[in-house]
Amino acid sequence: MTESTRKQRPRTTRTTGPEPVTGAGAAAFIELEGVEKVFDVRKKTGFLKRERRQVRAVDGLSFTVSRGEVVGYIGPNGAGKSTTIKMLTGILTPSGGRLRVAGIDPSRERTRLAHRMGVVFGQRTTLWWDLPLIDSYRLMHRMYRIPDARYRENLDRCVELLQLQDLLDVPVRQLSLGQRMRGDIAAALLHDPEVVYLDEPTIGLDVVSKTKVRGFLRDLNAERGTTVLLTTHDLQDIEQLCSRVMVIDHGRLMYDGPLEGLHEAGESERTLVVDLERELPPIEAPEPARVVRVEGPRQWLAFPASASAAGLVADVAARYPLVDLSVREPDIESVIAKMYEERAGA
Amino acid sequence: MGAGSGRLYVAVAAGGFRRYATYRAATAAGVFTNTVFGLILVYTYLALWDEKPQLGGYDQAQASTFVWLGQALLAALAIGGGGFEDELMERIRTGDVAVDLYRPVDLQLWWLAADVGRALFQLLGRGVVPFVFGSLFFPVALPREVSVWAAFLVAVVLAMLVGFALRYLVALSAFWLLDGTGVTQMAWLAGLFCSGMLLPLNVFPGALGEVVRALPWSSLLQAPADVLLGEADPLRTYLFQASWAVALLALGRLVQSAATRRVVVQGG
Repeated sequence: MTESTRKQRPRTTRTTGPEPVTGAGAAAFIELEGVEKVFDVRKKTGFLKRERRQVRAVDGLSFTVSRGEVVGYIGPNGAGKSTTIKMLTGILTPSGGRLRVAGIDPSRERTRLAHRMGVVFGQRTTLWWDLPLIDSYRLMHRMYRIPDARYRENLDRCVELLQLQDLLDVPVRQLSLGQRMRGDIAAALLHDPEVVYLDEPTIGLDVVSKTKVRGFLRDLNAERGTTVLLTTHDLQDIEQLCSRVMVIDHGRLMYDGPLEGLHEAGESERTLVVDLERELPPIEAPEPARVVRVEGPRQWLAFPASASAAGLVADVAARYPLVDLSVREPDIESVIAKMYEERAGA
Repeated sequence: MGAGSGRLYVAVAAGGFRRYATYRAATAAGVFTNTVFGLILVYTYLALWDEKPQLGGYDQAQASTFVWLGQALLAALAIGGGGFEDELMERIRTGDVAVDLYRPVDLQLWWLAADVGRALFQLLGRGVVPFVFGSLFFPVALPREVSVWAAFLVAVVLAMLVGFALRYLVALSAFWLLDGTGVTQMAWLAGLFCSGMLLPLNVFPGALGEVVRALPWSSLLQAPADVLLGEADPLRTYLFQASWAVALLALGRLVQSAATRRVVVQGG
């Protein structure tokens, strides 16, 4: 299954990102070849009895990422995303296969690689909980041995773009989630990493914070050519940042290509939710939109994610007494679920 | 270790110091607790030494000094818990230790620096007041020579290293056990008894006394106390403490490399 998808969607369809200089090997910055990670799980089955079971969190994963690419790495919970990132950062050792970042085996030379990478785990913090934010940055200065001038320049830049001016003297425990996340992103970038791994960097953030974070990452990639690998549940993160998407499930690569291709592969749909003045029979919408649900005066219309919502909205507004409306983006789970359905059907 | 990483660990220690300094109410409560503990113990000791003068080779003033010294060092050496180990175990349990592992730092040195920072704060913040209180209101045997005080401080620093090394092993057990409550409680009990916090180790007779005095915990309170009281040769004491520090820190490194190589980092 995986093989056929990859063949159908060759990587040459990519529109952005630097082209390989001489052959694929020269530009590959992150390289995985048949990487596996197997966990032993012990389950209690009786008073003293335990059953040992092996879980393949990552199962024969192969891909390469070039310098300067921004890649979205998505998949349902438990798909193996975080395990992959932990192997890339060197804190987990693969059970099999070959893994290299900048030519270095991360688990063997973790400390050497650490100077060249930045990591943000959205659900965890690298900041000093009880102390003002600036103290954590001073620590990074020492930890990564950043030259003084470089440190000041990078700090000023992060403070300005992530709007941290008023937060530097606030103890981290008093920051909101969005503020803390911005603080964490700055902490991961002060040492000019060549590659940044972001694990759910926008989880739990409000719209304003999300926009700030995305804008910052986009600039970082454009100006410094930083390679970015990003896991997320938010399709908008991918849409606004990534030229390439990899979908992983059950530890295997399901899809690798541009985002548009993913929508095609999963035939994902957006939903237009309209509130009418009163209860009416299902709206006769122009093809290919269709009503999928009616609940009193509220109706749900599904339409292809690739199509514009404007035409549909205008059409409905012209013919029906409209009170309110909203457009819902497809979430990654439903896109992937659709991919499965299509495979099973085909 | 270059000058660069030396500065890093100094910064970590300074951070450890300031983290504890931010919790003023907790420090005040700690000072009060140590003073009350000291009062209970000192009256018990005085009653005991009344019955048995020169017990363990100490006179009454030395026994009382021992009590207040114990209260001054209790928090700093985290003999009754409250050191970095609770935090590290929690980080291992929740998987936050992942953050510590991908940094270009040495896990053991990092936590050692943080714990030394904490210990120095607690020595000043929580240790000085109960000790001064005890010296004012109870008979104490304090040296007049500055050199003895200096020798005592060296023994305290070595005690911090041994204390850290023991608690680092306790904390790393969480990689395998996840819930380290049982280990922590055992370590706490062993620490209270074997360090001399309940009774000076030199009052225990026979084989039991020989054994507890040879165990690493005796480096924590008994060793610095005997240096201050002029009951032990400083150099021999340092040698004893340093040997345990080196052995336990080395063991910690072994366990650490086994833990980080083979054990799962929790959570997504």
